[in-house]
Amino acid sequence: MLKKRLIPVLLLKNGMLVRSESFDIHQIIGNPIHEVARFNEWNVDELIYLDMTRDDKYDLGRDDHRVRGMSDPLDILERVSETCFMPLTWGGRVRTVDDMRARFSRGADKITLNTAAYRTPELITAGAKVFGSQAIVVSIDTKRFDGAMEVMVDGGRTRTGVSSVELAKQAEDRGAGELLLQSIDRDGTGEGYDLELIHAVASAVKIPVIACSGVGRYEHYVDGIRAGASAVAAANIWHFKELSDRGGKRALAKGGVDVRL
Amino acid sequence: MTNKVLVIDYGMGNLRSVANALRAVGAEPLISDHPASLKEVGRVILPGVGAFGDGMRNLTDRGWREALEASVRRGGMPYLGLCLGMQLVAARGTEHGDHEGLGWIPGTVERLPEDNAFRVPHIGWNAVQFRADSRLFRELGESPTFYFVHSYALVPQDPNVVAGRCEHGPPFVAAIEHENIFGTQFHPEKSQKTGLAVLKSFVTLAS
Repeated sequence: MLKKRLIPVLLLKNGMLVRSESFDIHQIIGNPIHEVARFNEWNVDELIYLDMTRDDKYDLGRDDHRVRGMSDPLDILERVSETCFMPLTWGGRVRTVDDMRARFSRGADKITLNTAAYRTPELITAGAKVFGSQAIVVSIDTKRFDGAMEVMVDGGRTRTGVSSVELAKQAEDRGAGELLLQSIDRDGTGEGYDLELIHAVASAVKIPVIACSGVGRYEHYVDGIRAGASAVAAANIWHFKELSDRGGKRALAKGGVDVRL
Repeated sequence: MTNKVLVIDYGMGNLRSVANALRAVGAEPLISDHPASLKEVGRVILPGVGAFGDGMRNLTDRGWREALEASVRRGGMPYLGLCLGMQLVAARGTEHGDHEGLGWIPGTVERLPEDNAFRVPHIGWNAVQFRADSRLFRELGESPTFYFVHSYALVPQDPNVVAGRCEHGPPFVAAIEHENIFGTQFHPEKSQKTGLAVLKSFVTLAS
């Protein structure tokens, strides 16, 4: 029986690790390469890196965490993959099959498509054909408008008018192997997942759904699995709590979820 | 004996992670697409992600088939096949048509049965039960978990070559062991500490 997975999401911006709130506020919290050693030590199930670097935004942050001499995020990917003995997913600025190839050849096992999955959905099919469905994750960012779940793109800045369930079904039909669900409303709040969103998407597709955004307590993971997710992910909680893998796994096991301990 | 381990480059998937994992357990990986490299190493790993027919054609076209027959089958060099690399030791594969394999283990490679509860491809972490007398896998503790990504599995004729079984719906063969030939359907290079322990066991195995 396949285990339910618990996945740390690491957010990168300008070569630094950041925490995120409402997809808008990004606070620098560390060095992306040093962090991997910690996750290896904890023996975690899988890692997801999302590179959110934008050209038109500028952070007045500290730069002592910046990886020296690494302006190219793919250099970071390569360094990370050298010591990452678990499945590694890389997202951010993937627009073409060549972008995908560049990431796989630098050590990624899967890539995520976000804005491109909406603007150029044929890219999902093209990628799945070359690299296999298991390597293509479609990441969907959702924001609620009067309760309705709408897909947002361009790092959460642009409305699409498309429902999240609709995009999820299209992504599956086009060959995506997995879906990563983020909620802009819940991002950084610690109030728990948008369970209605997870349930709506997970019951509309057959491919695995990874729940993300909003975890503030380990018990929230159990809620995500009960809502239909095959894997539960979070970002901030991994950085601000000690032993966050053990704690999360214990909460899941206590909630009756079959996890890898 | 040399600490060098050949990682065969035959155009089937990412070899970097296998090489990185070998380095992590103290071995010296040599990634090569030249069969002559077998003369420089003490062990060989055939990794691979992809279809059986493509894999076999690439091995044959690039001269690996003859070279492996000499080094592994006649020479006794320890061989570890990972995922597709394990399946290719079978006599026959059934993925996208009927294909002849290396033929070292009598048996076929067949698609996993699918239903709504057990979807194919089988992707993720799953527990494996190993034979207690296995040379490669016996020290991994009780039902260790490994990372799998596959739709097909080896069905050997001789149950004695089965070293480990996993369940995804019905049980399937997750690991084999026969003389100097070893194979894992899972990816030890992606299976954290237990995966590294398998590779460590392979690179330190007395041949």
